[in-house]
Amino acid sequence: MGLAKRIIPCLDVNAGRVVKGVNFVDLRDAGDPVEIARRYDREGADELTFLDITASSDQRDLILPIIEAVASEVFIPLTVGGGVREVNDVRRLLNAGADKVSINTTAVNNPQMVADAAARFGSQCIVVAIDAKTNADGRWEVFTHGGRTATGLDVVEWAFKMQELGAGEILLTSMDRDGTKSGFNLALTRAVSDALNIPVIASGGVGTLQHLADGVIQGHADAVLAASIFHFGEYSIHEAKLHMMQNGIEVRL
Amino acid sequence: MAVDIAVIDYGMGNLRSVSKALEHVAPAASVAVTADPEVILTAGRVVFPGVGAMGDCMAELDQRGLIDVVKQAAASKPFLGICLGMQMLFEHSEEGDVAGLGILPGRVLRFPAEAMFDNRNERLKVPHMGWNEVHQAVPHPMWNGITDGARFYFVHSYYVEAGNPELVSAFTLYPFPFTCAVAHNNIFAVQFHPEKSQAAGLTLLGNFVTWEGNV
Repeated sequence: MGLAKRIIPCLDVNAGRVVKGVNFVDLRDAGDPVEIARRYDREGADELTFLDITASSDQRDLILPIIEAVASEVFIPLTVGGGVREVNDVRRLLNAGADKVSINTTAVNNPQMVADAAARFGSQCIVVAIDAKTNADGRWEVFTHGGRTATGLDVVEWAFKMQELGAGEILLTSMDRDGTKSGFNLALTRAVSDALNIPVIASGGVGTLQHLADGVIQGHADAVLAASIFHFGEYSIHEAKLHMMQNGIEVRL
Repeated sequence: MAVDIAVIDYGMGNLRSVSKALEHVAPAASVAVTADPEVILTAGRVVFPGVGAMGDCMAELDQRGLIDVVKQAAASKPFLGICLGMQMLFEHSEEGDVAGLGILPGRVLRFPAEAMFDNRNERLKVPHMGWNEVHQAVPHPMWNGITDGARFYFVHSYYVEAGNPELVSAFTLYPFPFTCAVAHNNIFAVQFHPEKSQAAGLTLLGNFVTWEGNV
């Protein structure tokens, strides 16, 4: 027995509410973030990830009191991402109670910021989020701005570069699968996880509990992230863990 | 007035999680996150946390004149080291090839750079990140109410090799057994993060706020 594979529910937060869309559009309200965080903690979530998808920058700081409220009563690791542009944003989120900060678009625009943040706060709190999409040539390409902007970067090479700059973990989302409930992109997940020495979180596409198990067994993911299957009550975190355990995966019960 | 619990703040990492968790388990206790030697040395008990790189942590402690303060606190009252706050108690770290406080004998080593595999032949990543089992080596008041083998949350790339096996209070497999908790008189120190380890972690912190520093 050893390290457990983690199940991480993801809360997409827009203007103070948890929402969920398909392929990053068509948002549907899923409830109050603090209440949802409490429920997932009770059900045995291993960590929680909050992604601030608020488009408008004047509403951006709404996430801080939410993180403060969650951190006062939920004692598991909290990751927060969305709109992190400078080292000072990392500091503000950590001070609000986040344990890790996820950096996405800024990592592409300014890779040095990842190195600076890791040097300042430690690799353990720097997660680089990568939105991957299969491009016209059939290659996996890094996209930014919620999947709208192509970067020309190869996903595996980019993930490796982020590891070398000091990222402590990679959150890998398949844009092709996100919100589709057709399962993780397993080949993509495996390619990235096998190329790196740091943990990789698989994200995008979970529709069934078997998809979570497949992410670990076939995708070689160290952790699996899902949103809608948990938000709308289809499955509890506990059911997901039991299913993974029945598939021979070590979990924390 | 002296505080019940001082959390030593030397500018490294997020101490909010630690203080929030202590306030949660001991709502009546006064908890101060502080760099003030006077507050630390008059507190009832002291928590010594830490994240980041050991060289930076030691430099920050030194710059704030806290090295002797930590040594005095560790010699005199219930003292809990967490993560880097455990590693710094030892003599030396491979991370940056730096000296620690040398309060306890032993050194801090990195998990091997070459790929590690568990007994199912699954690759083990570094940092060691997530929930792993803590096997209690000896009974201790800090383990009261915690099942042997309970899972705690870890995130680290370096681990302690205690110079004296009698210091080891618990171990974890990754894939080899490494020391994840040490106990010596009034000192208890853990590699994992009790403040992020849900029920088991809160139980451990609850034990600390009532522990008188004896085994």
